[in-house]
Amino acid sequence: MKALSQKRRHPLAAVALLLMGLLLTGGLYAIATTVNQAKAETTSFSASDAEEGKKLFEANCATCHGMGASGTKDGPSLVGVGAAAVDFQVGTGRMPMQMNGPQAQKKPQQFNEEQTRQLAAYVASLGPGPSIPEEHLLDEKGDAAAGGELFRVNCAMCHNAAAAGGALTRGKFAPALGDVTGKHIYEAMVTGPQNMPVFNDANISPEGKRDIITFLKKIEANGSPGGADLGSLGPVSEGLFVWVAGLGVIIAFTIWLTSRTS
Amino acid sequence: MSASSTADVPYVAKTKVGRFTNFVDERVGGSGILREFGRKVFPDHWSFMFGEVALYSFVILLLSGTFLTFFFDPSMAETHYQGSYTPLYNVEMSVAYNSSLNISFDVRGGLFMRQVHHWSALLFVASLSVHMLRVFFTGAFRKPREMNWVVGGVLLILAMAAGFTGYSLPDDLLSGNGLRIIDGVIKSIPVIGTYISFFLFGGEFPGTAIIGRLYVLHILLVPAIILLMIVIHLFMVVVHKHTQYPGPGRNDGNVVGYPLGPVYAAKAGGFFFIVFGVIALMAAAFTINPIWNYGPYDPSPVSAGTQPDWYIGFVDGALRLMPGVVNDFHFEYIVFGHTLTLNVLLPALVPAGILFTVLFTYPWIERWITKDDREHHVLDRPRNAPTRTAIGVAGFTWYCVMWAAAGSDLIATHFHVALNDVTYWLRALFFLGPILAFIVTKRVALALQRKDREIALHGRETGRIVRLPHGEFIEVHAPLDEYKRYRLVGFESLAPLPAVPNEHGVVTRSEKRRAALSKWFFEDRVAPASPAELEAAHAHGHHEAIEAGADQKSLTH
Amino acid sequence: MGNHSDGSPNPSGAVATAGQEEVEKFQDPGLPPHRLRLADTDPKAAKRAERQVAILFGISVIGTVVFLIAYFAIDLGNDSSIATIRTQNLLLGLGTAFAMLGIGTGIVHWAKALMPDHEVSEERHAIRTEDDRKAAVRIVDDIIEETGIKRRPLIRNSLIGALLLAPLPALAVFGDLGPRPDRKLAHTMWAPQDGKLKRLTRDPDGTPIKASDVTIGSAFHVIPEGLNELHEGKLNEKAKAVVLLMRLNPESLNPSPGRENWGYNGIVAYSKICTHVGCPVALYEQQTHHLLCPCHQSTFDLTQECKVIFGPASRPLPQLPIAVDAEGYLVATSDFKEPVGPSYWERDEHERLINS
Repeated sequence: MKALSQKRRHPLAAVALLLMGLLLTGGLYAIATTVNQAKAETTSFSASDAEEGKKLFEANCATCHGMGASGTKDGPSLVGVGAAAVDFQVGTGRMPMQMNGPQAQKKPQQFNEEQTRQLAAYVASLGPGPSIPEEHLLDEKGDAAAGGELFRVNCAMCHNAAAAGGALTRGKFAPALGDVTGKHIYEAMVTGPQNMPVFNDANISPEGKRDIITFLKKIEANGSPGGADLGSLGPVSEGLFVWVAGLGVIIAFTIWLTSRTS
Repeated sequence: MSASSTADVPYVAKTKVGRFTNFVDERVGGSGILREFGRKVFPDHWSFMFGEVALYSFVILLLSGTFLTFFFDPSMAETHYQGSYTPLYNVEMSVAYNSSLNISFDVRGGLFMRQVHHWSALLFVASLSVHMLRVFFTGAFRKPREMNWVVGGVLLILAMAAGFTGYSLPDDLLSGNGLRIIDGVIKSIPVIGTYISFFLFGGEFPGTAIIGRLYVLHILLVPAIILLMIVIHLFMVVVHKHTQYPGPGRNDGNVVGYPLGPVYAAKAGGFFFIVFGVIALMAAAFTINPIWNYGPYDPSPVSAGTQPDWYIGFVDGALRLMPGVVNDFHFEYIVFGHTLTLNVLLPALVPAGILFTVLFTYPWIERWITKDDREHHVLDRPRNAPTRTAIGVAGFTWYCVMWAAAGSDLIATHFHVALNDVTYWLRALFFLGPILAFIVTKRVALALQRKDREIALHGRETGRIVRLPHGEFIEVHAPLDEYKRYRLVGFESLAPLPAVPNEHGVVTRSEKRRAALSKWFFEDRVAPASPAELEAAHAHGHHEAIEAGADQKSLTH
Repeated sequence: MGNHSDGSPNPSGAVATAGQEEVEKFQDPGLPPHRLRLADTDPKAAKRAERQVAILFGISVIGTVVFLIAYFAIDLGNDSSIATIRTQNLLLGLGTAFAMLGIGTGIVHWAKALMPDHEVSEERHAIRTEDDRKAAVRIVDDIIEETGIKRRPLIRNSLIGALLLAPLPALAVFGDLGPRPDRKLAHTMWAPQDGKLKRLTRDPDGTPIKASDVTIGSAFHVIPEGLNELHEGKLNEKAKAVVLLMRLNPESLNPSPGRENWGYNGIVAYSKICTHVGCPVALYEQQTHHLLCPCHQSTFDLTQECKVIFGPASRPLPQLPIAVDAEGYLVATSDFKEPVGPSYWERDEHERLINS
């Protein structure tokens, strides 16, 4: 049921976004109603999008990434990173970065969806790069078991087998993947944000990526069959739990048991 | 206690159970055992219950484990999963992993039994450890119980062995990588390491034999030895009778508590159900070892946060703390054409070796230092043996540093610090932690002893501030009754024992060493308050402690 | 407050106490007087406790019923969802917990509130008497004496020798637990077979990888061609042969002499098996070019041929020499030039063998 509602949410959200965009830019686009049309609209940008995006970029991003996104010592060049990279970095709030640190942290978005779209349009216009994934790859209707295998081989060593996240060197970490949208997961795979390696379509096919997203959304929707998952952190949290809660409750009982009744 | 059975008139059973007992006894005997045990006295204190928790967890392990054996298949043959957990559907896996998934998803109550089994395993080792800590800190290992302490230590090792062999059985990714680490550690053993590895796995890692072999160890050999050790342990408990905390009416010649029947038996019996209930609660609401998340074992993948169960954690932590390369010095080198890999061998064997050697020999070490050959049935309050308590806390701290190191990656992610810094800090604490813990604990113990003295001599602080006629403010102290006071003063304060010449009149070198250790052991101490001191305190604090209570009436306003 | 008196040496060799023999000690006042409970004096309180115990037993009955209902009423069919399993597990657990806690707390409450709570004192008896000890020790001495083992060292020593040797068959009989280690650990599946170089293929599906597929910043998890077709020992081979394939700017790589042509256009392949204790080192940071092992945090620097820069590993990860075949696919030009994975006693010997 949840998968169904999510599937329904995506195209509708795209339509709503589009409507908003139409009102703002005053352009004359037909209202898209089918999934395919909506998809087509989310992946192609108009010249005015890029124009607006350029203004936003120069006001907010050029300090670090340089005029024309050619990069400075504080930020890499964004020529050729593609719309997917922008949509991921800005859409998850990682960019603009709060401060320099081991890695950019996820935080509340600084730009609304329309602005994100415009920024993406601008960066995409600078050079060819991965584009925002098409809807049908995010429908969460792939093969969860195949996705699980791919996930364990390619992702679990950093993100944990239950996608609970893990540590990297010197303060960097691989984030937990719960609550991350399928679109952002896909974009992260194709663009390799920060220290994450790139998983291009020759490495994991688009269908494989769809399977991975299906797997992740499935285990997230399933929850843990055995009750609370204790963070899915494995034996450490289990050991901590048995020492604190298990022994704690037992000690409370022993104290009651050996106390004198009034 | 009960001499009624020796009365001249034959005793006639009053209850049905009594008559049944009579019936059984007339046929098989055994009344002697009941006479001995039926009214045996057990002291009551919450800290005495951890051994029972361990025993009951073990019983629950046997019960739930038997259920699991009916459904588990320890084969490493390949199969494709066809069960009801869709995220693994048709994935290639071993039969062992397949059957573990079936227990979890397709056998009613199977998941519950798995969780009961695993939680009670964790609780078994945890309660056993806390029990040993209690025995250590109260000095219950002293004569005549040294051998039982050793049996307890053996049980701890066996419990870890039982846990580890069981952890590996489901053949999931997590435990498979655990086995791979064990294989790596075994291979680091000089000369015979590679042979042991090949014999254990039936060839190269992972092979197809290991799960079946661990299964036999896990369900037969290890539990059988544990059971034997438990029998020996309990037999010795009966022979020695239980220890008791110091207090009024308690001494080395008696044991004060409740008789086995009915009070103690009811409490201990009821406690079994309570332990079972607590474990059932954990198994009901908290996932343990979600093997479906980890996937089948495959040598290529690994999950972030790969750790062993908590009781193996300290060895894993030691492995993490050891640097492999310091500046340009490599801990692996070639000796006569052979590879010696100390960066694995040292952390895997040395800390655990030191820990268990000290644990097993400690009763004799302390006996040698103190030359105390008397039987002890009254326990020490930990503060009244400051050096021993400090040694214990130092050892425990050392263990905890290694333990924490096993979770260094989770510490890093959850406290937002760098993984490398966590390791550097823990490396420092590995050496400094025990020393700091020793000093701090000893000072705390001495301070608590002083506080005891203070209370014994001047009474308990009541928190009531009173102003005296001449303007002085004092706090009213309530004097203790003699029972409470005896609890604070009824202990023996041992002093350093200087070197004594042996029968040839020679002070040997080892005797000198012993004397030095004895000085270190007993140098700092606080003697218990004596009646004379109490007298003096009364005289001195006449207007404070004693009279204040009486004055109070006139002073209240 | 501390009493730092030395304590005079005790000639008997017994323990030294802090001069308490001289100083008078507090006398043991004996057991405190027994305090009666409410239920001992107030029949109403006793009745109330009785009812409470019965209620606790009643809760246990409810728990048992909950368990049985949860077991029989919830069907784990083929289409059961995870939520159903979770619900059943919760109800089975709560049922058991209440059934057990009800009985347990009921009995304990009964014992505490209603059973006699007089503390009694029992004398400890010596574990053995002095007479017994003397007699037993004498018996043992006599037995040893009568065997004459002290006077006949030949018998004693030959017996000790025999006893020491006797367990050897018990060890030897386990000799067939596994094959003796031969040179298997020195080789992997990457060795060219019949002159044909092995292609690098994707884990897990086994499709070959073109050099052009590997873009900068990528990390491919690689298995040798033909691994998935193995019927026996597939995992054993996989455990040695897994490789991580990465591409970085060729200028970042600093190949040592002899290794210049082990990579291809910045594409390099390294063994994924940690040289510490064998976990897969699969965490590749594409900006720092560090490889991290998630088990014990050994960190390897790809730009320095996977030299250890942190953690417990002591040796660099072995590199797999690769090239591109006529069709553009990546191939291994030879096996690893050293044994992969954790160190073992014969490792150096094997390494020399490989390179000879």
